[in-house]
Amino acid sequence: MRVVIAEDLTLLRDGLIRLLTAYGLEVVEAVDNGPSLVQALAVHKPDVAVVDVRLPPTHTDEGLRAALDARRHTPDLPVLVLSQHVEQLYAKELLAASGGGLGYLLKDRVSDVTRFVDAVRTVAAGGTVLDPVVVSQLLSRHSKNKTLQNLTPREQEVLGLMAEGRTNAGIGGRLTITEKAVCKHINNIFSKLDLLPHDDDNRRVLAVLAYLNETDPSSS
Amino acid sequence: MNGSRTGRRVARMLTACGRGLVQALASQFAGVPLLVGSLLSVVFLPLGLGVLTTPLLLKGARAFADTERRWAREWSGVPIASPYRPLPRTEPGLIGRIELCRELLKDPATWRDLLWLLVNVPVGALLGVLPAALLVNGLGGLLVAPFLVAFTSAHHLYWTLNIPLGALCLAVAVFGAPLFVKAHALFCSVLLSPGRGQLTARVDSLTDSRSQVVDASAAELRRIERDLHDGAQARLVALGMNIGLAEQLIKHDPEAASQLMVEAREHSGQALSDLRDLVRGIHPPVLAERGLDGAVRALALTMPFPVDVRIELPGRPEAPVESAVYFAVAEALTNAAKHSGAGRAWAQLSHEDGRLVAIVGDDGMGGASASPGGGLAGVERRLAAFDGVLVVTSPAGGPTIITMELPCALSSPRT
Repeated sequence: MRVVIAEDLTLLRDGLIRLLTAYGLEVVEAVDNGPSLVQALAVHKPDVAVVDVRLPPTHTDEGLRAALDARRHTPDLPVLVLSQHVEQLYAKELLAASGGGLGYLLKDRVSDVTRFVDAVRTVAAGGTVLDPVVVSQLLSRHSKNKTLQNLTPREQEVLGLMAEGRTNAGIGGRLTITEKAVCKHINNIFSKLDLLPHDDDNRRVLAVLAYLNETDPSSS
Repeated sequence: MNGSRTGRRVARMLTACGRGLVQALASQFAGVPLLVGSLLSVVFLPLGLGVLTTPLLLKGARAFADTERRWAREWSGVPIASPYRPLPRTEPGLIGRIELCRELLKDPATWRDLLWLLVNVPVGALLGVLPAALLVNGLGGLLVAPFLVAFTSAHHLYWTLNIPLGALCLAVAVFGAPLFVKAHALFCSVLLSPGRGQLTARVDSLTDSRSQVVDASAAELRRIERDLHDGAQARLVALGMNIGLAEQLIKHDPEAASQLMVEAREHSGQALSDLRDLVRGIHPPVLAERGLDGAVRALALTMPFPVDVRIELPGRPEAPVESAVYFAVAEALTNAAKHSGAGRAWAQLSHEDGRLVAIVGDDGMGGASASPGGGLAGVERRLAAFDGVLVVTSPAGGPTIITMELPCALSSPRT
């Protein structure tokens, strides 16, 4: 699997290269600024790009903009965006871009190596991965929503994990229940939220996120 | 060479005569109605009608005085600072009008304006008309009198005297006309500049806000020091300890060592989360990345109710202003979320007449106030450092509207 990395801090860039290489991914180029990222994406057409939000030369959201730009040219280019902080605003902008293959994670998550590499693979395969912080903020913002209050505590847990982009197996593993039980919970959730059920993990995530983004938190 | 210098002098004189006449006319035809109207309107305030006319007329007087300030600067090089206190943004209704009247009448500059209008009636007329009068008289003495003396028999002595007098008048007009305009500018600067009392009050308020800002930033630094000491630093110490222990144990007891490493990772995650919260309190990253526009939108998304965000800023303010306004809006919204029980809120940012205006409102139960020690009072203090003001309108039953305003320039928009 071919990866392009964009990260301006040498320490973290080298760390990412070492980490991904150790898990058998091929880092074809690692750049440290926005314009080089745009160029690297165009030249290598990687299987996935791992991009820091803040990059030189402006040290603002250069990386995020470059990634969104690249996706406009190559719609399904998988991009995993990393940041020291997460913003609902950025998550919303990333999700507004069509297609799958998107991830948005705190840099902290790198320390859980296997889960991080899993996330890179999920995104490369066209899946959606959202940081648990984004998901918990989204859910707490909707905590007064009557429909969400109708969900059982277990169903709410499953919903949160589903929004993070986990597969049925992943959710089952995390909650130590069988995949079959997970399926049952998910069907309940979809019927309570009036959403069409999906077999495809990624479409399922997008449906949940669309539901959370569109519903008015005050409507009750 | 000589001819062109004379030409320039004549042109200067004619310009000064024209300017004098304009000022003389203005002192009568703008000054008198504004003065009489304002005084009557203030007198009739108790009857109610004055509430509508007073702000209009006093603002008219301000506009006239501002025009004279501009003339003094542009025509005579006499700079006159504007003495007015910033006016709060008020609601369009009757209550807003009354509020506006009160603010206008409380400002000493208003009364100095009126005094100036009064004195300017004779002074403006006299100084304004003089250059033109001298010119006409001079031309009359030099051009008309010799004819009368030569061809008629009327009052020989009188008209003969008129010839040197005319020459004198013309000389004064040619050399002195701009001085009359300047004299008028100097007269204006006496009454239209900020008064001594105002300057003293300004120095007092600056001293006050400066010491508050210094106190606040010292307290802020202490808080940051404490947070770092008890938070991230302590966690990093624990992290180092765990790694050190794991290093010792890794050969004899790999099981325990791996347990210690799991703990170490947790410590590093918590240290990062502590640092993130701290950074957010100092300068939110999204503000650095997206400016006020993006940061307020991002803030709105974290509120437990929908926030209607409307931002019309043609550029970016200076970083300190940006940060002050961001934290002010954040405090206002947080207040709404905590106390108002609101179902929705709105935040508007705009920039007009060199002032940035931020309005945060909610449909909650009202009753908010900038009480001492509260969050809004802190915002008020912080804005005061930029000459900004905060007005809270929050009747019982709502809605709450918090208006913040501060003078600032915007940089050209980024592309």
